[in-house]
Amino acid sequence: MRPFIYTPTSTVSAATQKLKANPHAKYLAGGTNLLDLMKEDVEKPTELVDITRLVLTEVKAITTGVNKGGITIGALGKNTDTANHPLIRQNFPLLTQSILAGASAQIRNMASNGGNLNQRTRCPYFYETSMPCNKREPGSGCGALEGINRMHAIFGWSQACVAVHPSDMCVALAALDAVVKVQGADGKERSIPFTDYHRLPGDTPQKDNTLNPGELITSIEIPINNFANTSYYLKVRDRASYAFALISVAAGVELEGTRIKQAKIALGGVAHKPWRALEAEKFLIGKEATEANFKQAAELEMKSAKPLEHNEFKIELGKRAITRALMQAMTGGKA
Amino acid sequence: MTEENQNEGLTEDEKALLSEILSEDVSDLSEFGESRRNFLKQLTMAGGGILAFELFGGQELLASPATQPFIESIENAVTLSFKVNGAKKSLSLDSRMTLLDTLRERLQLTGSKKGCDHGQCGACTVLVDGKRVLSCLTLAASCSNKSVTTIEGLAKDGELHPMQAAFLKHDGFQCGYCTPGQICSAVSLLSEAKDGEVSYVTANVQTSKGAVSLSEEEIRERMSGNICRCGAYPNIVDAIREVHTGKGVAQNWQFVDDNQASNTSDLPKNDNK
Ligand SMILES: Cc1cc2nc3c(=O)[nH]c(=O)nc-3n(C[C@H](O)[C@H](O)[C@H](O)COP(=O)(O)OP(=O)(O)OC[C@H]3O[C@@H](n4cnc5c(N)ncnc54)[C@H](O)[C@@H]3O)c2cc1C
Ligand code: SF4
Ligand code: FES
Ligand code: FES
Repeated sequence: MRPFIYTPTSTVSAATQKLKANPHAKYLAGGTNLLDLMKEDVEKPTELVDITRLVLTEVKAITTGVNKGGITIGALGKNTDTANHPLIRQNFPLLTQSILAGASAQIRNMASNGGNLNQRTRCPYFYETSMPCNKREPGSGCGALEGINRMHAIFGWSQACVAVHPSDMCVALAALDAVVKVQGADGKERSIPFTDYHRLPGDTPQKDNTLNPGELITSIEIPINNFANTSYYLKVRDRASYAFALISVAAGVELEGTRIKQAKIALGGVAHKPWRALEAEKFLIGKEATEANFKQAAELEMKSAKPLEHNEFKIELGKRAITRALMQAMTGGKA
Repeated sequence: MTEENQNEGLTEDEKALLSEILSEDVSDLSEFGESRRNFLKQLTMAGGGILAFELFGGQELLASPATQPFIESIENAVTLSFKVNGAKKSLSLDSRMTLLDTLRERLQLTGSKKGCDHGQCGACTVLVDGKRVLSCLTLAASCSNKSVTTIEGLAKDGELHPMQAAFLKHDGFQCGYCTPGQICSAVSLLSEAKDGEVSYVTANVQTSKGAVSLSEEEIRERMSGNICRCGAYPNIVDAIREVHTGKGVAQNWQFVDDNQASNTSDLPKNDNK
């Protein structure tokens, strides 16, 4: 690993000032992604600003403003604590399930909520420094485009990059219409709607998200919803646990009688960002919550998918996964 | 240095072994004029003196650059004070050191294993402030003032931790490389379940209240971060179930008895039950 200076910090302003002073510095949270990539010589910060002792760990109910009844989650809270917080288990079980579907107990004990958003792709060409990769080395080419791309995108990819965002938690946050709160060295706060937080690769796959250089994620807000009892996170993977998603689905169905008032569906493992299934959502408004309707919604969503050489299977898998996740959601996953 | 300090971090077995190795020679030596520090240094370099090095506060010697036997200089040095298995440790290290390398290379605690060094196998699992984490992805510098428990710290007063005993009883290993991580992970798993933490396979995270009772499916899901290349999983699950329920789980293997050992014709054959 390359040498770096280790700088512990205890306030948000001190942390952001450090990153302003050194553009090659990075924030260190749980380290589960950053240290791994530093060992591989993919990330090369000259300084690590340790933010783990910032007091941004709280989960609390929002009692005023537009998001009243919702919840705010500190960026430095651990994934385990977030998943197990009583308010989250009760009102946002979709978030609990998505977090617990990811990584392992050890990693979730280390991983922070902010770090989970900013984790980088698991594309093997991104990790292998002897291979071309536009995300790691802009302009070098994309090893996966014509390479082994079984794990890669079927939506929204470009010639420059076909990678997927690996997070499970983020898929649920996309379905939950969360908002990311960030702060820069000037002390100003910004709110970014979750679906605008991560980006599609376009010509600049080196940029995973819309965070400005040096900005720190301080918290994530989630508005209240009416589908806590009718939601489900389904993850399909190569082994039963401790593996990244081939496809995952976060589904929430709000009912009015037997009809669907609105559905929120996001997909993981299919794009450079958590993919909101807007076509399927639109179709389901006002429909009966039946398997046939769910199937049709899934068909519609998958129409615009563009597979690569090795991942055509994701289209049929996606259809079935969406249908199954919606069916499971109707019983709160208890079927 | 007090007697207590000297023996910090050593198990009863190690202490016994140590007094055997060193017998009276040590106290004689210091009186002979050969500086104790020099003697220790030689002993350490000779390879056999790790225990002695520990006994005489090797860490403090290491931490002072003038007497470091093998570290010439440290780049971006950070000073780390933390507790390991109940004993206070203070050392100066390269900012790049992981907790795993610090335990193994600087504190001679080689129980925690380096399997993949990338968070993918769980062999390096230790407890930090009571929670299981991967020491290969933990920067040592970030552990300042924290308390680390490794496999070496689980036994108390010469008694194996119940989880260690259960792994022995159920043969929860073959080569043993993943075992320290498996055991640390399993110990933590039981307190997580007791504290009511749910998992991806818990039936209903909204209504689950209080301690979670661990089915085989729950144990397998919660232990999925510990890979065993030898595939000792069924026995590992048995060991954990036994400690979790407090009820004996039948052991599915036996040692050969003396008769079988001396009489090879007694060994099972296909045509002879
Ligand atoms: C073997 C393995 C398996 C895994 N499996 C899964 C899985 O199945 N599903 C899944 O979702 N995840 C999985 N993960 C990924 C894991 O969830 C992430 O590594 C973790 O969430 C990252 O959080 P962290 O706090 O450790 O981040 P770090 O590694 O500390 O940081 C990651 C990045 O985020 C930046 N950062 C951190 N906090 C902030 C902040 N507050 N503001 C701005 N920038 C910040 C850092 O500078 C760094 O660039 C796996 C990881 C491993 C090692
Ligand atoms: S898919 Fe993206 S991350 Fe993977 S090699 Fe291509 S450019 Fe790099
Ligand atoms: S050595 Fe740490 S997880 Fe493999
Ligand atoms: S006992 Fe050999 S790897 Fe588990």
